[in-house]
Amino acid sequence: MDLFTLAVSAIFINNLVLAKFLGLCPFFGVSRRPGSALRMGAAVIFVMTLVSAATAVMDRYLLAAHGLLFLRTPAFILLTVLLVRFAGFLLERTGGALHRAFGVYFPLITANCAVLGVALVNARRDYGPGQAAFFGFCSGAGFLLALLLMSGIRERLDLARIPAVFKGYPAAFITAALMSLAFLGFSGLARG
Amino acid sequence: MKEFVKGLFRENPVFVLMLGLCPVLAVSVRAVNAVGMGAALTFVLVCSNVVVAIAGKFVPPGVRTPVFIVIISTFAGVADLFIKAFAPPLDRALGIFIPLLAVNCIILGRAEAFAVKNNVWRSFLDAAGMGAGFTLALLLVSCVRELLGSAALTFKILGYGKVFHFPFPADPAAVMLLPPGAFLVLGLLAAFFNIFRARKG
Repeated sequence: MDLFTLAVSAIFINNLVLAKFLGLCPFFGVSRRPGSALRMGAAVIFVMTLVSAATAVMDRYLLAAHGLLFLRTPAFILLTVLLVRFAGFLLERTGGALHRAFGVYFPLITANCAVLGVALVNARRDYGPGQAAFFGFCSGAGFLLALLLMSGIRERLDLARIPAVFKGYPAAFITAALMSLAFLGFSGLARG
Repeated sequence: MKEFVKGLFRENPVFVLMLGLCPVLAVSVRAVNAVGMGAALTFVLVCSNVVVAIAGKFVPPGVRTPVFIVIISTFAGVADLFIKAFAPPLDRALGIFIPLLAVNCIILGRAEAFAVKNNVWRSFLDAAGMGAGFTLALLLVSCVRELLGSAALTFKILGYGKVFHFPFPADPAAVMLLPPGAFLVLGLLAAFFNIFRARKG
């Protein structure tokens, strides 16, 4: 699969949130304002790219090389936690503004199923480090797109007159259903 | 007993606490997936809650979350390998959502909010109740989706069990089995639960 197809597939067709159901907690929890959605999405792209590359390297040269593939899940998580802690620490030291802008989202992302999910998908598809990083970046971009669209809709939804029982989560779910339906229209664009 | 029952309804992890939604939406295309996923989650939840209840007190608070994640991910790895070995069709259906139990918010949440503060027996009951509540909720979502989407209920795995076919709906809507159907059904069910709770006061 060439890189362009991979990108289209990861962002539109197999969108992380709307088709793969990964990272729903931040999707429904954080997506209230476009500003915070944008920063959170940027943090996810960064972490996902980093973690994808690192776990792909570890999977190929450490786990597979020594027959330790049964340790994949715990090993990936440990690496993710360490990496995200380290990146957050570096960001905190280098400058306050950058850390305040998206470093504050790092703890939220660490124990997040989207990041580990993408790492596991990379491993199952046997991607090399470069391809894994690219797939991680595109998946993160798909997440950002969905989060941004959702936050814009929810800002308006807060002001809309909807039945009391649908307030909050039910309305958000139905909004997501309609978005997902719209994204289904991309499914003819490419295979994969 | 109180610890067990609360997970079924009053503090149902899916419909009331809105936790662990990813697997609920992703695997609820067939009823048998719900049973498999529910069993896997209950296993991981019970094991990790018991271990955390025993060992949690010796862990310094600063590194609690990483240590708990490692405990949970170990059991998630066990569940993953077990299902891969004994039920390959189920493994294909549930995909990455079994290893993803390692970062499931229900499991991590119960470890931090309950098991670390309570004794082993109460943690065990809490985990069993939460697991059962999750399984019931997942089964409900799956049954609605499968019934509307393919007019059948599949309780068949590895040649055991049965597939039930229904004459209604006469013209099943395949979109219910696709991602939009998952969000739609969960949204409507959550609204139903809201009505129910509003009635009870």
